[in-house]
Amino acid sequence: MTTIALIDHGAGNLVSMEQALHRAGADDVVVVDAATGLTGCDGVVLPGVGATGPAMRTLRRAGFVGALRAYDGPLLGVCVGMQLLFDHSLEDRTDCLGLLAGEVRAVEASPLPHMGWNDVDTLASMGETVSGLSSGPFYFVHSFVPEPSDRSIIVGTTTYQADTFASVVRRGPVIGVQFHPERSAEGGLDLLAGFVDMCREVARAA
Amino acid sequence: MLRSRVIPCLDVADGRVVKGTNFVDLVDEGDPVEMAAAYASAGADEVCFLDITATPHGAETIIETVRRTAQNVFVPLTVGGGVRSTADMKAVLRAGADKVAINSAAVQRPNLIASCARLFGSQCVVVAIDARRTASGWTVHTHGGRTDVQVDALEWAARCARLGAGELLVTSMDMDGTHDGYDLALLESVARRVDIPIIASGGAGSPDDLADALRPGRAHAVLAASIFHRDRYSIAEVKEHLASQGIPVRRAA
Repeated sequence: MTTIALIDHGAGNLVSMEQALHRAGADDVVVVDAATGLTGCDGVVLPGVGATGPAMRTLRRAGFVGALRAYDGPLLGVCVGMQLLFDHSLEDRTDCLGLLAGEVRAVEASPLPHMGWNDVDTLASMGETVSGLSSGPFYFVHSFVPEPSDRSIIVGTTTYQADTFASVVRRGPVIGVQFHPERSAEGGLDLLAGFVDMCREVARAA
Repeated sequence: MLRSRVIPCLDVADGRVVKGTNFVDLVDEGDPVEMAAAYASAGADEVCFLDITATPHGAETIIETVRRTAQNVFVPLTVGGGVRSTADMKAVLRAGADKVAINSAAVQRPNLIASCARLFGSQCVVVAIDARRTASGWTVHTHGGRTDVQVDALEWAARCARLGAGELLVTSMDMDGTHDGYDLALLESVARRVDIPIIASGGAGSPDDLADALRPGRAHAVLAASIFHRDRYSIAEVKEHLASQGIPVRRAA
């Protein structure tokens, strides 16, 4: 039994991620709007909807900041949810969760948002650490990107015009993807299936 | 490389896909969820529902349709029609839409664009602009193209972008339904004025029309309805043609 907690930070579409996680093999997906909801889950997804300022306010109010800093299981941040994993974001000039070192900056290209299907180029040394990345292209919609201080966490990069940015990162059980796997058709479901498998293995080992 | 997007659009009324001219003589074409799923598996890059329900329970019906679609379709879904407030927008997003297109309500209350962008992020705010040619340019129309609000379409496009729209759905009312191609001058003029993606709409009759709209300096995505209906052209055929014209597209696996 693999239970994934899907954090509701107040805005936007959670239905797609919830359904996509089911399709990807999660036995149970629990939408949680308070940090106590994380207890007993095998993995956590921080979804990518809304804007950084309002999302962090909601997370702070619901007690997620401390809870996620203390949590040591599999965690997947998607789009804005990936950006929230870092120290600080220039979108809304907001302090974020600080699970990964670095700042979130604006994409340097035009037009913005970077919207549509694009490739992830995996780094030879890290590409195997997140499964499903060969199934792209993936669907992106964002105007900001994280700039990890520790470049060794970068698993894959994406290029939009002249800007090449980290689109997939991993440090231990913490994974961030800038694209939307739940909106990336079969390729996205492959990636989520990899995450669900990882949650299952961690739960089994515990 | 970022791909140009091909977006089939379905007109939905009372929970069914319909086809008709000027909102009369509507013919039932099928279930929106099934049709959206079929387009997605055929390689559609996004799917768009335009809700043209005219009955009092329309809002609840489209919400239910969106919910069922989100459970079955794993490409982005844009929903337009009848969204008049941040609460309406939130309801459609929470049901499972990724983007919401606003039109008449934004023209009447431009700050709605800013409020939605602040609350939900620019990326999910699409402003639909229905434009009709005049002697000197284009003016904005509302209410399905029936009302000329006497606003210059290019000025309005620029203002929408400044207010925080994430994307513009630019429909030529002159070309809509003609199958003679998009209004390319309109697309070029809007593209020069804004720095956000543009979806071309109105007039697609052949894959070549889509290719013309997607050339540099015009649109980043093309919306089309009738050319995909009843398999006149498949998504794969259209993409094959776009690729042959050097336009980067995503090919279905």
